[in-house]
Amino acid sequence: MSGAIIPPKPETSSPQTSQSQINNLLLQQWKAEMGTGAMTAQPPGLFSGEFVQETLALTRRLFIQLQRRPSTLIAGVIQPLMWLILFGALFQNVPQGLFGESQNYGQFLGAGIIVFTAFGGALNAGLPVMFDREFGFLNRLLVAPLASRFSIVIASAIFIAAMSLVQAAAIVATSAFLGAGLPDPLGLGLVAVIVLTLVLGVTALSLGLSFALPGHIELLAVIFVTNLPLLFASTALVPLSFMPSWLQTVASLNPLTYAIEPIRYLYLHSDWSLSSIVMQAPWGGVSLGASLLILIGFSAVSLSLIQPLLRRRIS
Amino acid sequence: MPPAVLIENLKKSYGSVQAVKDVSLTVEAGEIFGLLGPNGAGKTTTIRCLCTLTSPDSGKLEVGGASVLENPRAARQRLGYIAQEVALDKMLTGRELLQLQADLYHLPKAVAKDRINQMLGLLDLKEWADKKTGTYSGGLLKRLDLASGLLHQPDVLVLDEPTVGLDIESRFAMWSFLRQLKAAGTTVLITSHYLEEVDALADRVAILDRGVVIDVGTPSELKDKVGGDRITLRIREFTPPEEAESAKDILKTLPFVQEVIVNTAQGNSLNLVVTPQTDALLTVQQSLKAAGLPTFGISQSRPSLDDVYLAATGRTLLDAELASVGVRDLKAEQKQAMKNS
Repeated sequence: MSGAIIPPKPETSSPQTSQSQINNLLLQQWKAEMGTGAMTAQPPGLFSGEFVQETLALTRRLFIQLQRRPSTLIAGVIQPLMWLILFGALFQNVPQGLFGESQNYGQFLGAGIIVFTAFGGALNAGLPVMFDREFGFLNRLLVAPLASRFSIVIASAIFIAAMSLVQAAAIVATSAFLGAGLPDPLGLGLVAVIVLTLVLGVTALSLGLSFALPGHIELLAVIFVTNLPLLFASTALVPLSFMPSWLQTVASLNPLTYAIEPIRYLYLHSDWSLSSIVMQAPWGGVSLGASLLILIGFSAVSLSLIQPLLRRRIS
Repeated sequence: MPPAVLIENLKKSYGSVQAVKDVSLTVEAGEIFGLLGPNGAGKTTTIRCLCTLTSPDSGKLEVGGASVLENPRAARQRLGYIAQEVALDKMLTGRELLQLQADLYHLPKAVAKDRINQMLGLLDLKEWADKKTGTYSGGLLKRLDLASGLLHQPDVLVLDEPTVGLDIESRFAMWSFLRQLKAAGTTVLITSHYLEEVDALADRVAILDRGVVIDVGTPSELKDKVGGDRITLRIREFTPPEEAESAKDILKTLPFVQEVIVNTAQGNSLNLVVTPQTDALLTVQQSLKAAGLPTFGISQSRPSLDDVYLAATGRTLLDAELASVGVRDLKAEQKQAMKNS
């Protein structure tokens, strides 16, 4: 073992005594302020400087990890491109018109891959938190006077959102190269909004699970049984009209569908508006605006569902 | 002035296991307070309840007068918590970890920067500050963990088994650091199952056993309560049993000897409990000599905290440790295994 715990030198023998006294004075001032603030039981909440400070610090940690361990990003970009190319090739010879208005399967598939990739990333967001929990690092966060434990959620969401946007950009660029075309600039912006909304909701659920489940084995099990079924029970790979009616109903209840169909519509129509009908659910047409509202509602419900889990002290 | 830490009638069960049955204790500001007990006595659970990591079933917890349950943020602000297992992000450098810690406690940027440099200097971490913690040795990790726990200058530093796994040199250095912290006005609460650690370090001790506080006091008070001095005697390096027995019979007749035990685990040495008096050793030696028995080694000591524990529970700390090995909960074992892998 290199180096014992060295006993500190007495402050007085330090040549920087005056300097450190000044620091201590600053610290004392800060402590006095915090002391009075912390005595009120009401935490500063989500719109305080404290919340921003802790959220940025936690986000920074995730980006430092990524920077020093970039394999997750590299794999995260390559994987959806493989999907796009291989899956696209698999169904290349499907007769035209079978997949709605799309000119070819590659064009049809693009929207599904964007959403599925973002969904997969967000679903895994709880894993690092679970590992932090198992290794004891999360205790560091839980014993700190956080303004709100939502900073843990928001930091993860910001990180996953950034990853998803990079992945989505790679998919959009690749499918454009493969001849699928591009949505108009405003449409691209809306694609980003849709991806971010879905990511926020799914990240929240995944983090909720990472607080609620006993360990990473259980979390992985939940991820495995959620991931692919939600993909197949959505319109990522085939349109609603292609499915048996029971599956149409299931797919119409799947939040992924409400992210995929608007993006697909934006790819095919430059004259879109919020009232454009983007899909025909068994109970009628769903507009672009309604899909967006459903996604926002999904995220809001997810965030409020996990609130008690965050508050609960983890034993 | 309210006590630094107040715990009243704390109770906590995990399923059917009562980890803490009834713990009450008061830690005064500026003292080093030791929680002594074998594994499974409820030390860590008590600490976890205090540090807001576990919610108790019932009881009152206060830090500097602020209720831990009603106002956890105030308690968190005043506490520094050093867990038994050092859990650091190995991808971050020491400085980055301290910066994260500073932001979690909302230190202003200028204060954080100065304070981080100060702590790095204080714990002699400067040359390691910009290396990833994954490259640190065990002693370095513990020092960085200490630095992070002290960054916001807590009123009370809580350390769970701070020297487990450290080499002797690091352990002594940790003791001396904690003493200096105390001298600077920080209250220190440590748990330990090392008798000598608590004896050497703590101003006051609470001895815990199976979720209950057996006794509280200064180490000296607790020893006085048990009463008597201890004499350890070896007739030969390895004494034949019959010789030890005959020596026992002789010594039992001495007026100041309260009890004689033949310790078969240590080469049939004799352990005596005696009423303290100045010429005890001489008298013992002389009466052995009169019976034609030699003396290989003899020493006198005050009772140890282990004797206190023994008197209260009827078993030694070591026995309790060994007994607790068989009844540990599986989940903790699994967690432990995961940490080590």
